[in-house]
Amino acid sequence: MLIAIGSLTIMGIVLGGLLGVAARFLAVEENPLEEELKELLPGSQCGQCGYVGCSQYAAALAKGEAPITLCPPGGKVVIEALAKKLGVTADLSEHEEKGPEHAFIVEDLCIGCTRCIRECSTDAIMGANKLMHTIIVDACHGCSKCVPVCPTDAIVMVPVRVTLRNWHWPKPEIEQTHSEPKVGHAH
Amino acid sequence: MKLFPIRGGIHPDYRKEQTSEKAIVVMPMPAALYIPLQQHIGAPADVLVAEGDLVKKGQMIARNQGTVSASQHAPTSGRIRTVTEVTAPHPSGLPQTTIILEPDGKDEWADLPEPIADPFSADTHTINDRVAQSGIVGMGGAAFPSAIKLNLGEQKKLEILLLNGAECEPYLTCDDRVMREYPDEIIDGARIMAHALGTPRVVIGIEQNKPQAIEIMTKAASAFPEIKVVAVPVQYPMGSERHLVQAITGRETPARKLTADLGIVVHNVSTTRAVHHAIRFGRPLIARVVTVSGGAIREPNNVLTPIGARVADLVEFCGGFSARPESVVNGGPMMGQPLPSLEVPVVKGTSGILALTAEEINDRPTSACIRCGSCVTVCPCGLSPVDMAAFVRKDNLEGAAKLGVMDCFSCGSCSWVCPSHIPLVHYFNYAKGVLNDLERESRKNERIKTLAEVRVIRIEKATEAKRAALAARKPASDATPPSNSGEAKAATEEKANA
Repeated sequence: MLIAIGSLTIMGIVLGGLLGVAARFLAVEENPLEEELKELLPGSQCGQCGYVGCSQYAAALAKGEAPITLCPPGGKVVIEALAKKLGVTADLSEHEEKGPEHAFIVEDLCIGCTRCIRECSTDAIMGANKLMHTIIVDACHGCSKCVPVCPTDAIVMVPVRVTLRNWHWPKPEIEQTHSEPKVGHAH
Repeated sequence: MKLFPIRGGIHPDYRKEQTSEKAIVVMPMPAALYIPLQQHIGAPADVLVAEGDLVKKGQMIARNQGTVSASQHAPTSGRIRTVTEVTAPHPSGLPQTTIILEPDGKDEWADLPEPIADPFSADTHTINDRVAQSGIVGMGGAAFPSAIKLNLGEQKKLEILLLNGAECEPYLTCDDRVMREYPDEIIDGARIMAHALGTPRVVIGIEQNKPQAIEIMTKAASAFPEIKVVAVPVQYPMGSERHLVQAITGRETPARKLTADLGIVVHNVSTTRAVHHAIRFGRPLIARVVTVSGGAIREPNNVLTPIGARVADLVEFCGGFSARPESVVNGGPMMGQPLPSLEVPVVKGTSGILALTAEEINDRPTSACIRCGSCVTVCPCGLSPVDMAAFVRKDNLEGAAKLGVMDCFSCGSCSWVCPSHIPLVHYFNYAKGVLNDLERESRKNERIKTLAEVRVIRIEKATEAKRAALAARKPASDATPPSNSGEAKAATEEKANA
């Protein structure tokens, strides 16, 4: 009886000690939340949030140093996803929802300098030196990083066109028959 | 044959008698035809003609492209006026690329593909290729390219080809008339399709409110023991393929699965007739029977209409309006969609054009939900419309999705029954649209993430290659190996300066 209790106690102390030591020396440096937040961000490393890339923004978010409304390409969808993950309420009052946009090159103004091509993090611009460039709309996620680098202001952001494929019914606006209770006036 | 009950459903006022006893009439060729490149689910067809081209009747003028698509053909001979953007027969009123054809009045046929002499010894591919080549799409309204559905036999073991002759929408009688007037063509088309699919049995489901059609089809099918005509109860939405399958086999199609997963393929009766024409005569789908009805139409009728005729011309042919229509609907009154104008064309999926008066629409102001639960009782999908609508109203689309809003197929029974006139199905259409948008967006984000990752890898590789090239060049010119790349760079610069 005593032997059993004694051996189990010793085993418990030894194994517990080992686990404690392992937890200290083999600890994972990265906050697991960081990785999860990074998954939610667009991942195009456009840097419009003010951080170098999406991982850095995710790290700042995980530490609670950055607001969740900094990602323009992600838009409302990403803000809501981040809010849910972090358990905070999304303050959308300062966020201006523009709807999805993509870049568009005004071909008359393009001089073929390739600066925007080097800037684009998703290879959404096609063109070559001294040849006109164009945007591959399917690959452009509207980060607008190419807009300021254009020396001739040939790049503009345009809203994604509504077509028969992506149109859907608007939310119904219902007129209720019951109205505010009317308060009779005395005079 | 033993039938099985389906869940929920409603019994609206059918009002089919306005057109059901009138024989199909042929519409004369209008002054111009507007043939959209996309009249089906999938990718738009690739245009083959240009302004000024002369085309013959039945000539292919736009070819299917991609896996899910359908070709378009000239409904008559004439000259191509132009290919331009024209308002689509779609509630959004958005334009789509459309071929405008001016008929020359000669109605001359092009050289059609040879009829398949013995389709029952032809293989599946020959039949499916012909169906695809003929631009046939589902004519019940959804307009899914039929050839793709006929290929299902290669992937799955199929037991039954189910022909949908239920026509459960009020007003519509086009399938009823086609069954009464062309039973042999439907039976022949069905046998060909069953052969292509490899199904041993064919079942034709017709609602009991079409006794003549049931009688005529039963007689026409009597020579073929594998074909059975079944009279199904009158209950909207019996014509939904999932519900028809359930009524006939007792099996419910799981959410996000196809009826083909149960071994059953459903085709509309008019589609079957189009297949008969394509196989036996090589004729593509260039005209369809459209029910023109509703209280505001002077002479309601079933009209054989060339594809691309404008709704305005079709209404004109039916005597014009006798009253001011409150709404002109494309399809039936339950699931049909309002048309943005009369200047839109009739397409392959147009089963009806209904000009409804204010009285028929019976639009009432919405009042508060009284929790009567009628919508839950009638929902044929077993959903809870009242709860889903509450979530959608508060923009909690995720909550609505959890309750299964994506399984709603917008039959409209809940809106029809609601005593408070809450536009329930509108909420669900909106929710489904937004959820589809989000789905598309997340797919795009995935793609863009990959693009960005691939670019980073490429740039790293290019930098690495540059460094390697520089390191390789250095010892060849200088004979002494550099200690680091910084030195090598400085040395090259020195050389350039000298």
